[in-house]
Amino acid sequence: MSIGWYLAVSAIVFALGAVGVMTRRNPLVVLLCLELMLNGANLALIAFSRMWGNGDGQILAIVVMTVAACEVTVGLGMIVALYRRKLPIDVDELRELQG
Amino acid sequence: MSAFLFFVAAIGAISGAVGVVMLRNPFYSVLALVSHLVSLAVLFLLLRAEFVAAVQVVVYAGAVMVLYVFVVAYVGGEGDTIGERLHGAANGSSGAALRLGGAVLAGALLVELLIALLGTGLEAVGRYGAGYAPGPHAYGTPAYIGKLLLTRFLLAFEVASFLLLIAAVGAVVLARRRGGLDEDAGEEARITPLDLLRPKHTGTTAEGVGRRAL
Repeated sequence: MSIGWYLAVSAIVFALGAVGVMTRRNPLVVLLCLELMLNGANLALIAFSRMWGNGDGQILAIVVMTVAACEVTVGLGMIVALYRRKLPIDVDELRELQG
Repeated sequence: MSAFLFFVAAIGAISGAVGVVMLRNPFYSVLALVSHLVSLAVLFLLLRAEFVAAVQVVVYAGAVMVLYVFVVAYVGGEGDTIGERLHGAANGSSGAALRLGGAVLAGALLVELLIALLGTGLEAVGRYGAGYAPGPHAYGTPAYIGKLLLTRFLLAFEVASFLLLIAAVGAVVLARRRGGLDEDAGEEARITPLDLLRPKHTGTTAEGVGRRAL
């Protein structure tokens, strides 16, 4: 399979994740869609790594996974804190930062 | 064979992504993301990134998704709760289908991990592995990745570990309970040496049962 097929899959996954981030209102699902976008980027990184034949892209993919794990940890902590304060679990209802 | 596998994995990944975006219940979105991650790991294997594929399945689809499932179960989704739905499904006619699906998914996970391990670990132990990787230090194996991480990308490795530490501390600070003892929790408090070490109003029963000061 040529690299183009992998890049097409990566682009589709990234676009689906972006659509999810913009349309869904549950912050849990928004976080999941962020994961989708990061995974699309990861697939592209590993495809390019294979194309060049060195491991730099794979290292970058592992770093991206680390950052995604950190983002999930902090995001889920924020969601749990929202739930504890009896705030609505809905990104449209949370407009305190809108100014 | 590789083209066939590519299309199966690509369709699985894309349908999993569609499921994450489309499904109403966040619990099912998490499950769709798990299937998406496993399909993506197959794509990584096709690209000879064996170590990254194994990390994807074990760490991402395993640990991170378990965290998601716990938080979804804690916060609760839209509509009915997950526990009721799973309980009803397990008792109904679809219980057998659920169990069969679980067995199939577990088998797929086992096969994927075996491919990753046979391609790398056995090859490193002896010379009689599956023959997927030409040598113990070939492209994409754990030895290759580890050598890169500890030589050329040492700074990135250390920064990532520090970032993980900060995220862990931040999550604990964000999700802990504020306050602790309130007015009707006035039992006789016993002082132990641990009390001097921990912050005030933490580690008590009132913290555990959800009393809040404010």
